[in-house]
Amino acid sequence: MATPNNLVYERPEAFTDMPTHYCPGCTHGVAHRLVAEVLEEMDLIHKTIGVAPVGCSVFAYNYFDTDFVEAPHGRAPAMATGVKRVLPDRVVFTYQGDGDLASIGMGEIVHAAARGENITVIFINNANFGMTGGQMAPTTLPGMKTTSSASGRDVETQGYPIKVSEMISTLDGVGYCVRRSLHDPKNIRLAKKAIRTAFETQVRGLGFSMVELLSTCPTNWGMTPVDSLKFVDEHMIPAYPLGDYKISDAIKQIKI
Amino acid sequence: MPKELWKGNEAIAEAAVRAGLEAYFGYPITPQTEILEYLSRRMPELGRAFVQAESELGAINMVYGAACTGVRVMSTSSSPGVSLMMEGLSYIAGTEIPAVLVNVMRGGPGLGNIAPAQSDYNQAVRGGGHGDYPRIVLAPASIQEAIDLMGLSFDLAEKYRMIAMMILDGSVGQMMEPAEMPEMMEVKRKDFDWATNGAMNRERRLLTSIYLNPLDEEKTNLRMLKRWKEVQTNEVRYKEYFLDDAKYVVIGFGTAGRVALSAVREARAQGIKVGLLRPITVSPFPYEALEQLIPQAEAFLVTEMNMGQMLDDVLLTVRGRVPVEFYGRPGGVVPFHNEILDEIQRLVSGPLAVQTDPRESWLTRMTA
Amino acid sequence: MQKEIIIAGFGGQGVLFAGQVLAYSAMDNGKDVTWIPSYGPEMRGGTANCTVVIADHEIGSPLVKNPPLAIALNLPSFDRYEELLATGGTLIVNQSMVDRAAQRNDIHVIMVPCNEIAEEIGDRKLTNMVAVGALLSALPEVKIEDVEKALEGHLPARHKHLLPKNYEALKRGYEHAQKEWDKIPA
Repeated sequence: MATPNNLVYERPEAFTDMPTHYCPGCTHGVAHRLVAEVLEEMDLIHKTIGVAPVGCSVFAYNYFDTDFVEAPHGRAPAMATGVKRVLPDRVVFTYQGDGDLASIGMGEIVHAAARGENITVIFINNANFGMTGGQMAPTTLPGMKTTSSASGRDVETQGYPIKVSEMISTLDGVGYCVRRSLHDPKNIRLAKKAIRTAFETQVRGLGFSMVELLSTCPTNWGMTPVDSLKFVDEHMIPAYPLGDYKISDAIKQIKI
Repeated sequence: MPKELWKGNEAIAEAAVRAGLEAYFGYPITPQTEILEYLSRRMPELGRAFVQAESELGAINMVYGAACTGVRVMSTSSSPGVSLMMEGLSYIAGTEIPAVLVNVMRGGPGLGNIAPAQSDYNQAVRGGGHGDYPRIVLAPASIQEAIDLMGLSFDLAEKYRMIAMMILDGSVGQMMEPAEMPEMMEVKRKDFDWATNGAMNRERRLLTSIYLNPLDEEKTNLRMLKRWKEVQTNEVRYKEYFLDDAKYVVIGFGTAGRVALSAVREARAQGIKVGLLRPITVSPFPYEALEQLIPQAEAFLVTEMNMGQMLDDVLLTVRGRVPVEFYGRPGGVVPFHNEILDEIQRLVSGPLAVQTDPRESWLTRMTA
Repeated sequence: MQKEIIIAGFGGQGVLFAGQVLAYSAMDNGKDVTWIPSYGPEMRGGTANCTVVIADHEIGSPLVKNPPLAIALNLPSFDRYEELLATGGTLIVNQSMVDRAAQRNDIHVIMVPCNEIAEEIGDRKLTNMVAVGALLSALPEVKIEDVEKALEGHLPARHKHLLPKNYEALKRGYEHAQKEWDKIPA
């Protein structure tokens, strides 16, 4: 098919031809695309090994045209450590949801960050376990209804949300740790810049990098895609403020 | 190379290094911590990867990641730590990639103790991780054997794209014996056609244990079984002692096997026609070697440092044709050779009958 | 030929090293040998022991219930191994650390004031080598020169200057034991 003259939008080269399985309105697709664009722009496709999680994004490996491995639930940062330690000149990233990273995989993510593993973590925070049908996650907001907190998360018995970026940013091994949101075009552009910076951090060997992305889950939240985006803006961002939690001095010098 | 006095754990570590170990991930646990300590010095000085992981979960998944790139990688642990690794082992098996694991077994279940035991036989040989997967399990009885089998573990794991596990009890890990190390092998990365090391000038690769379509998973299971049949045909190893004219046959692996050797020698000195079959590969188990002994055997004595786990493999082979007796010391107790000698004498004095479960009469004797 | 030896004492008395020296001596002499320590909580203090088996064939059990030879460097070890020693066996006892005589008369108990001899040589740490020297009087398969060679080959470099004193400890232990043997009626 000939390239039209007025082409403004096409599939990034870092994508395979496989259509994604994500629900309509879910921001996983946006996050995937941003990662793919960055890998293409930085010419990293041929030297990248992705580590897929368990959760909705378990099939991430079907969509990226890079080598991929599929980790047990929560263990992606450990698996990424194993890959990166023997192939330090390759680019290794994990793509993990909040159940994977902040619940079952909390040990692995904290220690990979503390060791300053030179890997990049894309962390999707949509405040619930999506794949299993919308159960409470460590990131579920107080009062938020899920299939396992039917009358709303009661912090007295079910605890408080974990603010992952705030926590990870306290570790000395971390070079870059920021939180962005995918709820509107402006924030998506900022998210892409952050993902680019995270991969630049890795390519330059400047330590552990993580981008937390506030995301939607219209299906499990029981909202329309548009209402979901509004929910991120009105409820998620106040609980999980956007911002740069840690940017080391060396990374501040990176010009994109 | 001349023989040197090696401590088991350190010998295992050095043997792995010499076999081309490129990455080690582990977590401290007695009685195998010397392996981790040794490699924490040795690997960095050779420019190879070493990480003390945050847990055995972390360690085995680092092994999983490194194994996906096609390098020689291993972890080591002891019983409770190996239980934690079972998740990762199942994934590694399901991904059909090579990895090596050493279990320096201790008394259990639970926290148990740190004394030598063989009670993880079933976990290693039959199960542990979820799903249906074969794995190679080697059981050295001496430090030289541990050194030799360490190198073999990597070769077999790569050849059959399978987990190779070495199980030994804490006494082999802590013991010193004269042993000869192999020469240092040059580390050469093999260009495996499955390794995920960056899609440079080739199609991208995917390594996963997920097969959502049950028919695909079934095909994968059958492929693994087919490969396992090759292992069973080609890789059975065992050692025989005094078996030529033996009427009584003791069967034991690892330390229980070598303790039995002392008992067999003493029984022979008393004129008893007894021999020893010591499996070296407990998976694949030497079924055929055992079958060959059935016509000449008046009785078998299985001896283990557990409540009778390998015993089931023996019973499966003998199938009631000859009496099988059992003597075990579970919980972290190493039997003395006198105990096994007493058992041999009991066999000789008879009469013996074929029993459905030899554990029952053993339990009666143990608790009498 | 096969000989089993248990060496026992408090942690810090050099029990494990004494066993290793014997193992090196046997190995350098072309023998098969095993050395196995008691390991675990007891290594943090209390009684430690190791078992050495020397043979000219493939060794089976590295452990032995009733050893023909043992060294007891303290009273708890004396109590334990006097009871366990095989009939006709020899028990070397560090007389400096015990306050009783032997009770069994079907074994040979050789009393050696290891601490005093070590102190006379000038280093309390040599207690173990005095005892090893005494043991050699009952272990003809290992010669005193074998042990000297093993010490020379395997003593950590930082302790090499102590070699002459170690040799003296071996010799004094051996000689003391010989005198004790002479007292035993044939």
